[in-house]
Amino acid sequence: MNENLFASFATPTMMGLPIVILIIMFPSILFPSPNRLINNRLISIQQWLVQLTSKQMMAIHNSKGQTWTLMLMSLILFIGSTNLLGLLPHSFTPTTQLSMNLGMAIPLWAGTVFMGFRHKTKAALAHFLPQGTPIFLIPMLVIIETISLFIQPVALAVRLTANITAGHLLMHLIGGATLALMSISPSTALITFIILILLTILEFAVAMIQAYVFTLLVSLYLHDNT
Amino acid sequence: MASVVPLKEKKLMEVKLGELPSWILMRDFTPKGIAGAFQRGYYRYYNKYINVKKGSVAGISMVLAAYVLFNYCRSYKELKHERRRKYH
Repeated sequence: MNENLFASFATPTMMGLPIVILIIMFPSILFPSPNRLINNRLISIQQWLVQLTSKQMMAIHNSKGQTWTLMLMSLILFIGSTNLLGLLPHSFTPTTQLSMNLGMAIPLWAGTVFMGFRHKTKAALAHFLPQGTPIFLIPMLVIIETISLFIQPVALAVRLTANITAGHLLMHLIGGATLALMSISPSTALITFIILILLTILEFAVAMIQAYVFTLLVSLYLHDNT
Repeated sequence: MASVVPLKEKKLMEVKLGELPSWILMRDFTPKGIAGAFQRGYYRYYNKYINVKKGSVAGISMVLAAYVLFNYCRSYKELKHERRRKYH
């Protein structure tokens, strides 16, 4: 049982070939590119969703920050679709791997920080010291603010990894418990099954929310630094 | 119209059974040929089920079902230990 729980998180290789690349690229097939003025239903629904999300998310930025629209929209589409596809039975979710989430979080965060330092150096440095602190607390607070700045990418990556992994693990465990309870006491199995259904609904929500949160935070860091 | 069409240009359904091995060997197995085959297959599916006036949920759900099947085959080796048996 123990080995089985975590086997689904292992990097998928088929006969020694790393097909994890194929699995990461699979969601791109589900988003065809629009060619015409009026497209088929799939593309129209996706276009409507992307316009809704981009207007809501990029409204707070000035023109400099809005150059990041393409990056942030593709980020939220990628994380959302990958998380949702991971809810299908037996599938592998790339966002459960910390390596991938760090690879997404660190460059994006670093991009916003370096942009801030390059264009508005004084304001970016001023972020390290909140307004109105008593003078004798200044050294301490600068250290704390520096630490909190450097923890941002790690928090982004670990938040996404932990949420998705924990959700998948819980579903495995509760599903296994339901199966095991069926022969002992069907009524308890029914309660456990209802818990599983509620958990699945939660997982659908979490999949999309995590994508949103990741992107929102990156855009917040961008807003600070533009 | 010529009564004998050259083997290379026949479609699969028109190839006689005896000619099948030579027909297979005549296909283009270069990387460009394989990429072309994937592209043709993709557009065949896309134009039949998705790029239509009233596409339905069946178009994507067939793709997702194939994805689930693919992942099942991929993890069969670990899954076969979880069958219901008296002695594992």
